[in-house]
Formats: sequence, structure tokens, C-alpha cells
Amino acid sequence: MASLDDLKKRITSVKSTQKITKAMKMVAAAKLKRAQESAERGRPYSEKMNNIILNLSFGISDKENAPKLLSGTGKDQIHLCVILTSDRGLCGGFNANIIKKAKSYFSKLIEEGKELKIITVGSKGNDQLKRVYGNKIIENISFKNSKNVNYFDAEKVSKIIINRFENGDFDICTIFYNQFKNVITQIPQAQQIIPLNTTNNDQENHENSYEFEPDEDEILNNLLPKNISTQIFKAMLENSASEQGARMSAMDNATRNAGEMVDKLTIEYNRSRQAAITKELIEIISGAESL
Amino acid sequence: MNEEFSIEIINPDKSFLQRKDVTEVVIPAFEGEMGILKEHISIISFLKPGILKILSNSNTEEYYVEDGIVEFKDNTLSILTSSIISLQNKDKNKILELLKNAEEESTKKDLSDQSQYLIDQKLEVLKSIN
Repeated sequence: MASLDDLKKRITSVKSTQKITKAMKMVAAAKLKRAQESAERGRPYSEKMNNIILNLSFGISDKENAPKLLSGTGKDQIHLCVILTSDRGLCGGFNANIIKKAKSYFSKLIEEGKELKIITVGSKGNDQLKRVYGNKIIENISFKNSKNVNYFDAEKVSKIIINRFENGDFDICTIFYNQFKNVITQIPQAQQIIPLNTTNNDQENHENSYEFEPDEDEILNNLLPKNISTQIFKAMLENSASEQGARMSAMDNATRNAGEMVDKLTIEYNRSRQAAITKELIEIISGAESL
Repeated sequence: MNEEFSIEIINPDKSFLQRKDVTEVVIPAFEGEMGILKEHISIISFLKPGILKILSNSNTEEYYVEDGIVEFKDNTLSILTSSIISLQNKDKNKILELLKNAEEESTKKDLSDQSQYLIDQKLEVLKSIN
């Protein structure tokens, strides 16, 4: 059994760990509120954008000559996967969930004989993927220096993607991120952004009564790159809310576990303290008796 | 007759402006300025750098925009833009900074005609409001 001193030291160390996790939880909770708000504030923009593009793509007369960002290159040989993760750890299964989802997608692609290229956004994803898929990672982007998610960062990522698309580097682009549902649930998502998936909302009735100025093609050419930035921005916002949520619940768990551990250690400490006293008493009594 | 319609200006990260009492909006559309009144036909267009004017019975507001998309439908004008500055209490430094950036950009050689045109527009507008 550990000595009294050792136990005491352990109790203090667990207690200070608990203090840290508790503080981290508080910080995450405050950040979560802000992240959640900005995710909600960002929604109208991406929804509107999506609506306009849907309306446009239904109105387009000549599907064959539609911009490549909308209709694709006609092949699906080279896949580009953009993995959005966080730059910091200690957030439970947040990064692991995205990576798991991405990895299963990768192995499916490889089985089908497709070529795979990866761009990682956020250093945690890069750390975890470079061991197995190191040779597939073509770029690693990190926004460690920007404090909050902002649109310019999203634009930077989308510019990289669009440049590569125009150079014919890939045919299909999918982004991976965590969608924020609530504090305990974050759903890893895979969303295809190039070519744009317009079939999802088919059931809605799209009356095409718009006038376009200039014509549809030109608007689409202007709009599609913006839409990619918007989608990435949305993913980044969702991701940051998810990250804080995951961190908050992970730190909550850690605080609780630390509490349990302190209780257990205290009982053990008291027990061995009592045992030591009893032992001393016995020694004294038996010493007195032998006289 | 009531001639008011609603406008919303949305930034990627927030809703910038929402009003229900505007009577006319002048937008710097790509192919020239466009005035929008109530019962305008549904339209989608995009913006070039310029000044956005919002007129209502009580006042007139002006904004500087760099790019964006406009949609008008069912008497609601939606403007999606990532760069918009109010000219009411204008921030000189901000405008000077934008002007400087634009000037730098215009010195680049390998510009397409379209981006050259957009930058020229930008310079012109920025100079006029400065």
C-alpha cells in the first residue's frame, strides 16, 4: 500500500487537474455560446446562396455547357477530400470522429481504384492522417493565428481548391466536418461541393420566373466560386461550434472523473491513516504488557 | 398606394440590415446601376464595386459595396455581400486602406479584362467618396 505521504500528494495533484479541467470547461462553455451564435447568424447567407443557385441551375437552358463547377468534369477518377479539423486537442472525440468518417471514405475510394488527394485544414487532422495517408496529403492549411472563424480564411481555402480544380487536379471534391447538433452530439458530415449536388432538393417546386442580368451562365460563373467559399465557411462555423461543444462535454466528464478519484483516494487515505494509528496503539499496548 | 417593400442585407457572418419600409433601392449591378421599386419583376444579378442607395420616406442611406449577389422576389430584396461599409459615419482610414489595396492590385500585370474593369470601378468609386 502506498504511504500516507504518497496518497496525500496524489490527492493534491488530482485536485489541481480537476481545477484545470473545470476552468477549461467554463472557457469552452463561454466560447461555445459565441460560436453557436455565429453559426446561427451565418445560416441565412448560406441558405439564400443555396436557394439562388438552385433556382439558377434549374433555369439554365444549356446543361451541356454549364460551368464545370456545377456539372463536373464528367469523370470521377480523382477525388479531393478536404478534412476540416481543429488546431487544438483535448476535445473528446471531435477530431477522431471526423477522421474515422474520412478514413472509411478513403478506403472505399481506394477499393474502387480511385485516386485520392487530401487537403487538411487544422493541424490535428494533419497529425493523425499523415501516418497512414502521408503521401496523399497535398496541402495542409492551418489558421492557428486567427482567433475566430472568419470569412477570409474560408475564401483562402476555396481559392486553393478552385485553382486546383481549374488545373485539372481532381474531379470531385468532398469536405468533411462536424455538424453541430447539440452540446453532446456532433455529427460528422461528408459534403460534396464540386460538382455541386443539386438533386437533393428536387421535390420543391421551382417555378422559374426570374429575370437574369447578365445571363445565367455569367451569374453562375460568378456565383459558384462564392458558393464554395460559403459552404466552407459554413463548415468552419459548424466545426468551431462542435469543437467547443465537444470540449465542454469532454471536460465536464473529466471533472466528474477527477471528483470520483479524489473521493476514492480520500477514503483510501483515511483508511491507511486509521490503520497506522491502530498499529501504533497495538504496539504501545503490547509493549506495556510485556513489562 | 403603399409603395414600401422590404430589404435584407446579409453578410456571411451576420445579418447586416433588415428593413421593411424602403421605397426605392439603387444598386450598382454589374451591367449598370439599377433602381428597384415595389413590384419589380423577380431578378437575380450581381454587383460591381459601387454605392448602394436605400431610399425610404424618412431618410436616405448610402453604403459602399464591393461585390455581392442581389435577388428580388415577392417584394423582398436580398443582397448577399461580404464587403459593405456604411457611408453615414464613414471611417476615413478604412476607405483609405481599401483604396490603397485597390491601387496595389491595379498595378498587377496579369489581370483579366473583367478584373481590370472591376478594379478600375473600385478605384473610381473609392476616390469619389473619399
